[in-house]
Amino acid sequence: MSGVASRLAAATPGGIARELEAPVPGRRRRGIRIRGLGLPIYTALALIFLLIPIAYTFVFSFNDSGKLNIAWQGFTLDKWTNVCSAQGVCEAFANSILVGVVATVLATALGTAIAIALVRYRFRARGAISLLLFLPMATPEVVLGAGLAAQFLSLGVNKGLMTIIIAHTMFCISFVVVTVKARVASLDPALEEAGRDLYGSAVAVFWRITFPLLLPGIAAAALLSFALSFDDFIITNFNSGAVDTFPKFIYIAAARGIPAEANVVASAVFILAIVLVVVAQVTRAARARRTARLQR
Amino acid sequence: MAFSAFASAPAAAEPAVRRRSWVALVLLLPGILYLLLFFITPLVSLVFTSFQQPVIGGDIGQYSAGFKWENYTESVTQYLPLILRAFGYAVLATVLALVISYPLAYFIGVKVRSFPLVQSLLLTLVIAPFFISFLLRTLAWKQIMSDEGPIVVALKALSVFPNDGHITGTPFAVVFGLTYNFIPFMTLPLYATLERLDVRYIEAGNDLYASPFTTFRKITVPLSLPGIVSGTLLTFIPAAGDYINASGDFLGSAQTSMVGNAIESNFLVTQNYPVAAALSIVLMAVILVIVGLYVRRAGTEDLV
Repeated sequence: MSGVASRLAAATPGGIARELEAPVPGRRRRGIRIRGLGLPIYTALALIFLLIPIAYTFVFSFNDSGKLNIAWQGFTLDKWTNVCSAQGVCEAFANSILVGVVATVLATALGTAIAIALVRYRFRARGAISLLLFLPMATPEVVLGAGLAAQFLSLGVNKGLMTIIIAHTMFCISFVVVTVKARVASLDPALEEAGRDLYGSAVAVFWRITFPLLLPGIAAAALLSFALSFDDFIITNFNSGAVDTFPKFIYIAAARGIPAEANVVASAVFILAIVLVVVAQVTRAARARRTARLQR
Repeated sequence: MAFSAFASAPAAAEPAVRRRSWVALVLLLPGILYLLLFFITPLVSLVFTSFQQPVIGGDIGQYSAGFKWENYTESVTQYLPLILRAFGYAVLATVLALVISYPLAYFIGVKVRSFPLVQSLLLTLVIAPFFISFLLRTLAWKQIMSDEGPIVVALKALSVFPNDGHITGTPFAVVFGLTYNFIPFMTLPLYATLERLDVRYIEAGNDLYASPFTTFRKITVPLSLPGIVSGTLLTFIPAAGDYINASGDFLGSAQTSMVGNAIESNFLVTQNYPVAAALSIVLMAVILVIVGLYVRRAGTEDLV
């Protein structure tokens, strides 16, 4: 196979297959064209379906409503400019951020260490440890929440921010391990060996070589942890006592009507997250294109 | 799944390994201890709680250690409809989510493969719901499907819907909500396997005069089985334990309560901890049995 073809295959998975594709007979081609239109239309409809409640939440953040944000009362920007005027929204949001940040830092540190150990070292308890990491992901949240709450109850621990952070760290660890492990595995051990050969201490090799190379995986794991923590309600509900997080605020308010300010907070977080993700993707695509050009 | 994918990496690091097994211990210990303390011990204390008995003459919510097996028999008899409903709804939602997600994942993972940027932007739209509160999304559907909402009003105007009919509060609404909320969990793993699917196998099927359906059934589906297995698990497990969609304040009503609702109200409202704990243990046991059987049948045992 020529170098061109292999490079093409590397650039696009399945690229060769398309290259070598035989001309399709006329009858079959027509069939493909009809199906070729059906799938994009279906995808568009499915994505619109996924986005409907988001659009609804966003639109109703501009609703000039009183306490109950149900019927459309007219357009206003007041809720966006005075988010904190609704009682409890901003406090709950601040709690969610605090819990999310602390739980993310803890879970990312603990989980990254486990991921490195799992990929790089051989030890006997490996199977048991994998099971221990898999089980929290296979346990329904209501069981995780009730279990921790039962433990806090029997130990006489007062529920509050601390217990929420403990709970969130617990369920984030497994997700961090899964995410970072993939990155550790793709890391070339020769790079670290080179560092050791050049008389780098173990600590220096870790901080100057391993850690920077793992950083994208660690960052992805941290973002995932934060997202999981920020949106968690079921486990939080069992372990929060009198403290409100943002989702818990919504749950309690749901019984008597959600203030539009909650829609503002949720919409703002949504827009921020989407912008971050899209910018990251566009930059990565641009970088990939540049690398491809340089290799040519 | 993931283990086998990078079997070659640890082999290279082998020589350094035995010398420094204490490093592995230092790396593992904090996280493992954390999970033992805040995952395993809570499960054990849940088991203990499930056998507790009320303190005679004590306050509500006061229990003492015991071996009250009746907690199980009584709560299962009392809540059997809720347990069955939870698993029924979860199975329905999982099947619906699979049917809806598969073409979506196929399009993003296979059809637009040659446009990486389009691919990743479409994927962002799939996970976009994750960026807005799960509870607000569910409430948005509640408003949209409420009696004054556009859907019910339109259906009534067309006289295809009884005048005293509701959508919210029905099993339909709960299964709808569960399906909606877990579609991204289904689509992502499906996408991950379909993205790596070698299309030459599909072309070979077509070249050998298999009908598109046969090719799909005999080639595409078996090759994407790992994604189907992890997608269905990621949907089924949280759906079976969910109590938001079925709650009366969201899409459900008293007639749609699932076992999760019973656990929540017994634990947090009536402080009937032993019943809540017994139901949790039952829920977890049934899920583990179903998942175990399913994974064995589907043939992908290494899921971690």
